Amino acid sequence: MAEVAKMQVSDEVAISIRNMNKWYGTFHVLRDIDLTVHQGERIVVCGPSGSGKSTLIRCINALEEHQQGSIEVDGTLLSSDLKNIDKIRSEVGMCFQHFNLFPHLSILENLTLAPIWVRKTPKKEAEELAMHYLEKVKIPDQANKFPGQLSGGQQQRVAIARSLCMQPRIMLFDEPTSALDPEMIKEVLDTMIELAEDGMTMICVTHEMGFARQVANRVIFMDEGQIVEQNEPEEFFNNPQSPRTQLFLSQILGH
Amino acid sequence: MTIMTDPPKESFRLSMLLNDSRYRSLTLQVIAAILLALVIFYLANNVATNLAALGVSISFDFLGAPAGYDINQRLIEYTSQSSNLQAAFVGILNTMLVAVLACITATILGVFAGVLRLSNNWLVSKLMSIYVEIFRNIPLLIWILVIYGVMTVVLPAPNAFRGDDPSASMFMGISAFTNRGVYIPGPEFSRIFGETGILSAGIGWLVAIAILVGSFFGARIVNKRATRIQEATGVRPATLATNLAIWFLPLIAFFIITGLTFVVPVLKGFNFGGGIKIGAPLIAMWLALSVYTGAFIAENVRAGIQAVSKGQTEAAGALGIRPGRIMSLIILPQALRVIIPPMISNFLNITKNSSLAILVGYADVTATLGGITLNQTGRAIECVVLLMLFYLIISLTISGVANVYNNSTKLKER
Repeated sequence: MAEVAKMQVSDEVAISIRNMNKWYGTFHVLRDIDLTVHQGERIVVCGPSGSGKSTLIRCINALEEHQQGSIEVDGTLLSSDLKNIDKIRSEVGMCFQHFNLFPHLSILENLTLAPIWVRKTPKKEAEELAMHYLEKVKIPDQANKFPGQLSGGQQQRVAIARSLCMQPRIMLFDEPTSALDPEMIKEVLDTMIELAEDGMTMICVTHEMGFARQVANRVIFMDEGQIVEQNEPEEFFNNPQSPRTQLFLSQILGH
Repeated sequence: MTIMTDPPKESFRLSMLLNDSRYRSLTLQVIAAILLALVIFYLANNVATNLAALGVSISFDFLGAPAGYDINQRLIEYTSQSSNLQAAFVGILNTMLVAVLACITATILGVFAGVLRLSNNWLVSKLMSIYVEIFRNIPLLIWILVIYGVMTVVLPAPNAFRGDDPSASMFMGISAFTNRGVYIPGPEFSRIFGETGILSAGIGWLVAIAILVGSFFGARIVNKRATRIQEATGVRPATLATNLAIWFLPLIAFFIITGLTFVVPVLKGFNFGGGIKIGAPLIAMWLALSVYTGAFIAENVRAGIQAVSKGQTEAAGALGIRPGRIMSLIILPQALRVIIPPMISNFLNITKNSSLAILVGYADVTATLGGITLNQTGRAIECVVLLMLFYLIISLTISGVANVYNNSTKLKER
């Protein structure tokens, strides 16, 4: 399992971000971001809070607007054109820190909602698909319960399965384990590692450095809206270049 | 050797009634119940003694006696020779009429204002804020007076419509807005149900309502079929045209068969005749209750929509669901849970606030049973008790329905 990081990455470009800038009012959150992600690549983004990590990945599926530069996902240029946004969102799945499951729908309905209304999948097929992914995240027995009846770890696994039901080519994770108890973090990380083994392209904002070492091809360190440093995990952790990265690593690995 | 795990059994002592958690709450409840019974007995005894000293007896015989007064706004047959009970029923129906009308318009107004207040359009959202803040911060009583005052002072009297050169003219030739009320064309069924008259019109409308109920079930069948097709093939067939046809065609056919005609009000003597008269008091009450409570409902609706966390919209958006569907599939089902309970208490407020109708001479139940009947018969206790019972029953019914709804949509948690 530790060999995930050595898995082959194709030359095909999945996401290409060029010279992207974003402001919240007068606050400059993202500065001159340049990033190319290849199909099958697994990237971990880390950095202090407020450094723009979440904003960056939220720009990729248009949950946030950027003001300058360009984002291309699988060759589709992200613009204000709704058709392009729809196309990108159907190829990019996303998991949130607080799961954001729909509390009024059962687990199965949470999973089938988007396939039925967006992909126009017949209900039966959508349910079979949903059960397939629930088995993949190892909770098929919870299908008829409601989100409020599940533990945090189970809820996050449901959220992952919900995204997978749209059969995305790219998955974005926005601090998927920060709201969980230590025990539950493992079950979610295991699910994500399995996903990586299947060759999914992933961008993951997380502070789980063990996960980064084991799974990532590349670790990106951000500070004050800029990409400060990016490297392979071994190099990144053992031989950080910039003083800012060294300080950050000493703080999170120091205890 | 055996180990004893049970605590030693204590025999019951009297001090345990106060010091033992098993008995303490029971003891206190028994004491409270005894005190309550004593207070009730004292009050009842007091009332009975004082009533006897005043020579007053409780009797509901007056309900059968002729009322002896006229009511000009009424939904059922009533003359001054009818009994006090019938007068009370006229009042009850008038109360329910204005309450139902105001509930409907206040809801529509409130939902629009609440949703528009969240609009990104600066002008629209500010206009709605002004509406909400002005109407909910000035007492209802004053709004009723203002609207009634405007209607009776500004609108022309019926005789202004008379003569070769009238100073007022009918709106589009079919409706008259006067200071006595608004006269609009009244529907009448000229065929099948015989000559015009309250009875035939009543039957006609009942049949029309029955047809609408039929359409409702027809539309449900169509929608269920659409859902079935969607589940089987993934594509939801367009149902708008079929639905419109189901709702309107049978009704239109019924109206044509029965020869529905509208009788336009005409000036007869000092007043308009024919058509339907909506009295100025009813309009003032209806409008005032609607705009006043609508402002409160607008705030409930806004709060309900804002109570659904932004993460829900984002999660649905990230799955590729379009904004319209996010609203109907994700936001509204969750917002309704927050909106409905305060909405129900607004309906209760409308019903109870309609008792202010006496102010503008609208004959609701407070004005008939609690007003003229009470004053003429002197049966104050009986009238007020009946009045309280009526409002209590209506309100409990509304909140009972609300509770059933709330329980049926409660979120399931562990």
